[in-house]
Amino acid sequence: MSVYAEMVGLDPLTSGEVVVAQNIAFGLIAVIMLFSALRMVTTRNVVHAALYLVIVLAGSAAIFILLGAEFVGVTQVLVYIGAIVVLFLFGIMLTRGALGVDEEEKGEQRLMSCLVAGLLAIVTAGALINTFSDAELTRSSPSTTATVGDSIFSQFIIPFEAISVLLLAALIGAIVVARKD
Amino acid sequence: MSVVLADLAYWQETTIRLVVGLIAVLLPAGTLVYLFLFKMMSFMQSRLGPMEAGPYGSLQLLAEVGKFLQKEDIVPQAADRLIFKLAPFVVLISTFLLILVIPAGPDLWFIDVDTGIFLGLAVSSISVIGILMAGWASSSKYSLLGALRATGQLIAYELPMVLAVVGVIIQAGTLNVQEIVMAQATGEIFGFGGIGNPYVITQFVGFLIFLIAVQAELTQPPFDMPVAESELVTGYLTEYSGLRFLMFFIGEFATAAIFSALAATLFLGGWYVPGLEATDNLFNVIGPIILLGKMLLVAFFIFWFRFTYPRFREDQLQQLAWKVLIPLSLVNIVITGVLKVVF
Repeated sequence: MSVYAEMVGLDPLTSGEVVVAQNIAFGLIAVIMLFSALRMVTTRNVVHAALYLVIVLAGSAAIFILLGAEFVGVTQVLVYIGAIVVLFLFGIMLTRGALGVDEEEKGEQRLMSCLVAGLLAIVTAGALINTFSDAELTRSSPSTTATVGDSIFSQFIIPFEAISVLLLAALIGAIVVARKD
Repeated sequence: MSVVLADLAYWQETTIRLVVGLIAVLLPAGTLVYLFLFKMMSFMQSRLGPMEAGPYGSLQLLAEVGKFLQKEDIVPQAADRLIFKLAPFVVLISTFLLILVIPAGPDLWFIDVDTGIFLGLAVSSISVIGILMAGWASSSKYSLLGALRATGQLIAYELPMVLAVVGVIIQAGTLNVQEIVMAQATGEIFGFGGIGNPYVITQFVGFLIFLIAVQAELTQPPFDMPVAESELVTGYLTEYSGLRFLMFFIGEFATAAIFSALAATLFLGGWYVPGLEATDNLFNVIGPIILLGKMLLVAFFIFWFRFTYPRFREDQLQQLAWKVLIPLSLVNIVITGVLKVVF
């Protein structure tokens, strides 16, 4: 528990009080994320887009931590910022090192990508509203790594194994694609 | 710090954390530069090193900082100005976040979080983005090639590093760094608890892998392909000058210091020395000094390698990571897991 919570005598996550600081933090993070997400898809510079993506992903990690999901938040940083975006940047710089705006992209796929993104947004929003429209965020205490580990290896063992097999298949697929013979 | 800080307002507490954090990053970094880069390297090469500034050249560091501050902050004309200027900050942020997870005494810590070492490894991987930003925004072939080499190397060596730490985590049964120190302090070797159970004994393979990976993460010789001066000038640092170059320089040595402290914490028992109770209040006073001593010991080995061995070729470097260190660390994890269940 934070020193702050000890001082004021309430745990911001378990007590019924609305914690102002938490709401302000959420608002700030959300604004930054929205702005970065918009800039990411509108900027003409593909490296800038990847860097805006870093901000968006860092924001989602921050929101996980705000919700008390510490392990998930840290994993977000390690996997998405530390590995996936780095590989994006690595790939971009390896294939088109030149600085500046990429004029070649005339956006033939722009209509299609707008369509897919819009559809995805509608489906996700619909599902979320349908499920959580009148649900309130339960003020549970921060989840420890041990409980996350326990639930992965007991309740969610089958999805976990399925993802493992999927990743293994992707690994083998990458090797097959990269093989010369 | 928890005991001291409990009575303070939030802003006071934050200010103290910031000041102590700055000292905890800069002081060890300066010590490493003077002790090892200036003096040890000089002695190994049969020369004296800096001798003029201050007694025995001890103020040379301040002179160097003053020199860098006076230099012009040049941004290349074709560079992406904003990203070029932000890059050193990203590297420094990663360094400053990394110090947070290392405790220096039973009550001396910045953050005592459940994810502990996992958080440390996560934030240490942010620096790669700073390096890529620096290399790309410089708009120079040397910089870009240096950044690409650095990224390939850091990705390759981050894996054995994380996997080497997993062995420690399995043995301690926790991610929390403070609890890992406690587990070593209260541990026993075959029923003998006289010296605790520093994991360097049981996790010796992990310790070696961790040290090699640290060496590569720091892009130091023999893993200095990214800054290979005979091919790339100084890699991603080529276009930087003045204050921003100084920031990269501080970042490099501060990271060396913090990784050494992390190795000392995970494998050598951290702030604990045998002979006292681990909860003894005395450790809040001598803990930082003990940790500094252990850090210097680990850093001595890191810099010894740095000054001794010639540079790896790029393919040798990648082969060492993917074909030797990663399989070895996986075997280490399996054996540790089996032994953990058996005993």
